[in-house]
Amino acid sequence: MADTLTETAPGSTRPAPADAATAFAGTPDPATTPVPAQRAPERVPTVIADGVDIVYRVTGAGSGRGSATSALSRILGRRRRPGVREVHAVRNVSFTAYRGEAIGLIGTNGSGKSTLLRAVAGLIPCENGRIYTDGQPSLMGVNAALMDDLTGERNVTLGCLAMGMSREQVRERYDGIVDFSGVNEKGDFISLPMRTYSSGMKARLRFSIGAAKDHDVLLIDEALATGDRAFQKRSEERIRELREKAGTVFLVSHSNKSIRDTCDRVLWLEKGELRMDGPTEEVLAEYERFTGK
Amino acid sequence: MSQVLDAPPAPAPHGPPARALSARELAERHGLSVANARPSLPGYARQLWRRRHFITAFATAKLTAQYSQAKLGQVWQVMTPLLNAGVYYLIFGVLMNVKRGVPDYIPFLVTGVFVFTFTQSSIIAGTRAVSGNLGLVRALNFPRAALPISFCLQQLQQLLFSMVALAAIILGFGLPLSAKWLLVIPALALQFAFNAGLAMAMARVCAKTPDIGQLMPFVLRTWMYASGVMFSLDQVTKGKQVPHWVHAALEHNPAAVFIDLIRYALIDSFHSSRLPSHVWAWALGWALLAGVGGFIYFWKAEETYGRG
Repeated sequence: MADTLTETAPGSTRPAPADAATAFAGTPDPATTPVPAQRAPERVPTVIADGVDIVYRVTGAGSGRGSATSALSRILGRRRRPGVREVHAVRNVSFTAYRGEAIGLIGTNGSGKSTLLRAVAGLIPCENGRIYTDGQPSLMGVNAALMDDLTGERNVTLGCLAMGMSREQVRERYDGIVDFSGVNEKGDFISLPMRTYSSGMKARLRFSIGAAKDHDVLLIDEALATGDRAFQKRSEERIRELREKAGTVFLVSHSNKSIRDTCDRVLWLEKGELRMDGPTEEVLAEYERFTGK
Repeated sequence: MSQVLDAPPAPAPHGPPARALSARELAERHGLSVANARPSLPGYARQLWRRRHFITAFATAKLTAQYSQAKLGQVWQVMTPLLNAGVYYLIFGVLMNVKRGVPDYIPFLVTGVFVFTFTQSSIIAGTRAVSGNLGLVRALNFPRAALPISFCLQQLQQLLFSMVALAAIILGFGLPLSAKWLLVIPALALQFAFNAGLAMAMARVCAKTPDIGQLMPFVLRTWMYASGVMFSLDQVTKGKQVPHWVHAALEHNPAAVFIDLIRYALIDSFHSSRLPSHVWAWALGWALLAGVGGFIYFWKAEETYGRG
């Protein structure tokens, strides 16, 4: 788990794969070593992924021409799952996350980061392997539950209820959410339908709703780069707060800076495979070399 | 490359003892549970109950969003069923003049149309409840049955608007307002349970095979004509060589049972003699069969929704 599947790296420009391997060999498994390390050996795991495979089935991607006749002949020919193509999004990924860790997930576009995050949240079933979790990890973000045609007000309520809050909790936190979003800074926008908001305002309200709940295991999918500079600062602060309350934080991001700021451990996924797992600086250094930065 | 991944435990004399455990043992030792595992049936029902506020808020939100771009706004909630009734009146009442020996034909027809539409649109909404909301399913944790139930609730709210229009029509035709109208409440409650059960069943079927959703409009239209929405089943089968069991099957089919119950409640001239025998028992039976059956059937696949 520690070091990497270096021999599969297409970027053979990497200077010395052996170096990395020997560097790791001396130390205890970096996966189990957080940066400040050397604590009691008994650390509490919060998320364990054990050989996880995730497969999407896509209908209509069509093997063959996709015409009606070919579809019919496929059905008549009794081939299994006609017209369905399988997309293997995550392959045999294993890791153990411990309480108190903030883990970054990096990788190029389409490498399976978000899918893995959704599987940890229990939202997408695993094809093979298992994910064990402590309590119910939750994905930050309620975009899917919000409706553009409703007012900001009603969306705050709807989003909070969708995340599993009770009516009382919603009432308690309502003002906090609206203030944090700053939607009302330029007038009474919260009572207008969300379709009238600018994209920045929408993003800010969404973030504010999503960040209103405390989580045991918090999963964040690229939520940090929304809004203007002032709002970004505020949201970074909020994430830090959530981190302190949460047991474990997972962060998917393409911004190496926000990974550096937030995470002490990084998982690097490439083509659905776990390519490297270790302390932030080591993995990011390799990743930056890989992406040619 | 999986070998490489599996390799680390081997040179692990220096690793903490926990590394020697398999993932399963480690998880058991710390009381971790499998993500995406299906809860027990009572546990599932409890989860659903805890999300009741979300279910109602989601239904109301969908209903409100529907007409929010229209200038007249929520007026359309009542206008739409009234216009529907107007079209049926024009075709069946004026152009074709097919009263077929039914007293108070227009209230009879409009009640049938509204009540059947409730079941019809609930089932259609059910077919898309999971397959059309994959974004939601893949973003948030909640018992998935909340989706079909919420959609049925939206249809129920829609029906209540229609009922207002219907009440106006019935009174407009000079029919009396009576205490019997209260029977609408238990009848609609049973019909709601029936619809929700079917919607959950369809949601599961269509989550796996969306094609079935394409077939449903045709199935439902056939069902509508077989349920005496536009005509009285008694009048149609009277004097013809219809086997007894066919007549009984038509009369006891759930849509016909619910339509007749509500006609009986609302229309004064629709006497209890025109109801099939044991009609409430039939209604309760259908509601329980579909409601409980659909719920269990949907729950059985709970962990697979979202794969898409």
